[in-house]
Amino acid sequence: MQPPRARWFAVLPLAFVGIFFAWPLATVLHRGLSPEGLDVLRSAATWRVVRFTTVQALLSTGLTVGLGLPAAYALHRLDFRGRRLLLALLTVPFVLPTVVVGAAFRALLPEPWTGTLAVIVAAHVFFNLAVVIRVVGGFWSHLDDRWEQAARTLGAGPVTVWRTVTWPLLRPAVLAASALVFLFTFTSFGVVLVLGGPTTTTLEVEIYRRTVQLFDLPGAATLCLLQVVAVMAVLLVAGRLQRRLAVRQRLVRAAAATHPVRTVGDRVVLGLTLVESVIVALPILALVVESLRVGDRWGLDWWRALGVEGPTTRDVSAWDSVRVSVSYAVVAVLIAVVVGGAASCAIAYTRRGSDLLDAGLMAPLGTSAVTIGFGLLITFDVAPFDLRGRWIIVPIGQALVAIPLVVRTVLPVLRSLDPRLREVAATLGSSPSRTWRTVDVPVLSRALGVGAGFAAAVSLGEFGATSFLARADAPTLPVQIGRLLSRPGEVNSGQAAALSVVLVAITALVVLAAERWRHPSAGSL
Amino acid sequence: MRVTTRRGLVAVLVASSALLTACSSSPSVGSAPSSGVPPTAVPSSFAPTTVTLLTHDSFALTKTLLTDFTARTGITIKVVNDGDAGELVNKAALTAGNPEGDVLYGVDNTLLSRALEAGVFDPYLSPAAASVPAALTAATAGAVTPVDVGDVCVNLDDTWFAKHQVTPPTTLAELTEPQYKDLLVVENAATSSPGLAFLLATIARFGEGGYQGYWQSLRANGVKVVNGWTEAYEDTFSGGGGKGTRPIVVSYATSPPAEIVYAAGPKPTKPSTSVMTDGCFRQVEYAGVLRGTSNPLAARAVVDFLLSPAVQADVPLSMFVDPAVPGTPLPKVFTDFAAVPAKPLTLDPALIEKNRSAWVDAWDQVTLR
Repeated sequence: MQPPRARWFAVLPLAFVGIFFAWPLATVLHRGLSPEGLDVLRSAATWRVVRFTTVQALLSTGLTVGLGLPAAYALHRLDFRGRRLLLALLTVPFVLPTVVVGAAFRALLPEPWTGTLAVIVAAHVFFNLAVVIRVVGGFWSHLDDRWEQAARTLGAGPVTVWRTVTWPLLRPAVLAASALVFLFTFTSFGVVLVLGGPTTTTLEVEIYRRTVQLFDLPGAATLCLLQVVAVMAVLLVAGRLQRRLAVRQRLVRAAAATHPVRTVGDRVVLGLTLVESVIVALPILALVVESLRVGDRWGLDWWRALGVEGPTTRDVSAWDSVRVSVSYAVVAVLIAVVVGGAASCAIAYTRRGSDLLDAGLMAPLGTSAVTIGFGLLITFDVAPFDLRGRWIIVPIGQALVAIPLVVRTVLPVLRSLDPRLREVAATLGSSPSRTWRTVDVPVLSRALGVGAGFAAAVSLGEFGATSFLARADAPTLPVQIGRLLSRPGEVNSGQAAALSVVLVAITALVVLAAERWRHPSAGSL
Repeated sequence: MRVTTRRGLVAVLVASSALLTACSSSPSVGSAPSSGVPPTAVPSSFAPTTVTLLTHDSFALTKTLLTDFTARTGITIKVVNDGDAGELVNKAALTAGNPEGDVLYGVDNTLLSRALEAGVFDPYLSPAAASVPAALTAATAGAVTPVDVGDVCVNLDDTWFAKHQVTPPTTLAELTEPQYKDLLVVENAATSSPGLAFLLATIARFGEGGYQGYWQSLRANGVKVVNGWTEAYEDTFSGGGGKGTRPIVVSYATSPPAEIVYAAGPKPTKPSTSVMTDGCFRQVEYAGVLRGTSNPLAARAVVDFLLSPAVQADVPLSMFVDPAVPGTPLPKVFTDFAAVPAKPLTLDPALIEKNRSAWVDAWDQVTLR
């Protein structure tokens, strides 16, 4: 059963991603790709970068999943006071801008640690823990625990229950989360730029370096292609595997699956989750402390300075940055929700080509931000489509990053919709379009609300693509924080810390507000 | 390799300022084709119009200067910060002939050749540049106008050296001596502008045949390499409010005055850091009219404005660089604490563009692998 003309839903997302991603990417690759660009593949340095990129991504993914699984269990299967608060706390890092986290990590860590593999992996775990907790936990909370009970009744120990019942059921969700974390860490830019050292560089940073420092467009285009192909291959394999491992099962309401802390195992898991929460809270606390530390005393000086507009063109009042960031976010959310909503419907309602559409929407996440930025610059350069220097180009770039997250939020909900609801409506004489409006749309709109929250958070914190798009108005919050950090003196670092706290607060509020919209069966990310 | 030395030789004027003035209206030099601007003088006022100034993220000027300029000439300057200097120049090179704006400010001598080769500019040398030392206009082929200069120099944490009773180093060569083992932090030449400038300083000093040996010695003496200026100065350097432990860092000749200007609370009477005046690399920043602008005369007026006495006097405290026009009054914090390297090092922009990639790769091999 399909709603009317389901395929038409695909037109909008295809057009948007085609015009604002595929076309600029093709233009810049066409301009850059040449036989001499292949030289970069013969250089030992390139393969060192590829090796480091892969190793750190695998380590980060493994560690994130290893630490995320216990927390996902504790926060979605156990019932204890403060559960929601911990869940919110562990979600905030995912939406924090990398410049802020980089600054916080640098403030916390002793100097010899800077630029090491360990620091990069630690920061990646900090960022992506939320992905595992949300994706796996969201699924886990709907698993019917009677399977496990049955196994126990039949005499299985906890290890056997996990190995033969829980793990096989959970595997597809773990795989989905791992694929996402791998994607995010493999293409990591901000974290590596801020925390990495000269010998700890990812492909994404190397593409940036070749584009911006060396003006080696052929080399950059080759590496960009290499990165996209690698990422898409991993995503497609993970998708296939996920479907092969999927087990058909009845899911239950979330509340039905939680239980109070009972066993020693539960206590250990809960303790581990608490430790993780404290570690995640530390960098955020460090920022708050730094924003209140004036020389060797405490004070609100940096906070007061935020409202003051300095004398030069570079001094922007913080509230101008907030205004600009928020208005970009509003537009980016509108685009992402409309396009992402249509894409989710297209993927959910059609069989043929839905995999490809899904992968195509993910492609911007796997593509170097500087490449997209330069592509937009040389593609939309003819009036009346000269978008260079126009503000709209920024929310468009942010929407490209936010759309896949909206799809990830909405799609599971649409797929979980009981088809019998639609059958009942049709039997009662409802037309297909009316069925869609009365059955699907209410569920869809709630899920889109949650997706909008994530889209807003992504837009507020985005530091990749948009930092390469020039504009004359005030810089966004992350860009302004980056500028403050690039100048010496406590006046600048103090204000950067205060502004970071403002950004953390705004993002946390947006995410918490979106959470209230959550449909009981909403997918999560 | 051409190694020029200047600054202090500020009195050396262009041999014929009249020639330069003439050049400004009928550009005959430079590889970029002209967009057909009539050889008229730049008028002093315009019908209300807007000029888009593309520049890097570090650009800043006192806002009232811009509003005064608009009131006087009818030109509104729209400032677009377009990433760091490399990003700015590369974007301009990609869009040469169909530019994002009218004027570009912030291309420096390490990037100039790239911009000239791509035909980014409509050649224009402001008449006001007549008083600028010849060394600053030497490599420009009359295509762009020098606006300011900055020196990348080794900075020292005076407090650390006093406390440990170690004599501070005074030359590049001394940095390889054992008493300075594990004390120096530099920026990655592959990712950082001051990092590249310092590498170029060592090439200018020790020659293409000698710089790798110098870096081998630095490496043996425990040099630490970090990715950017922020990581070097704020995280690894022990002075200037830095949180690190190393008392020698590559930064700017103006970092000590910046330390005073950006200090919290009551300003200290003197900086805790000083500048090693040997081995400084001179960066010159230029402004130019972008080829393909629809507003060439107003664009020229903006380039002239950047060399006007008011703007020249403003650049020290707004951007922490030195004005290009000699005799411009400097703020007290500059005259007191900014270092004036006697013999700053520099290299020909064309030579830099030609060899940058190979030099950086060789440096990477010697220093990091």
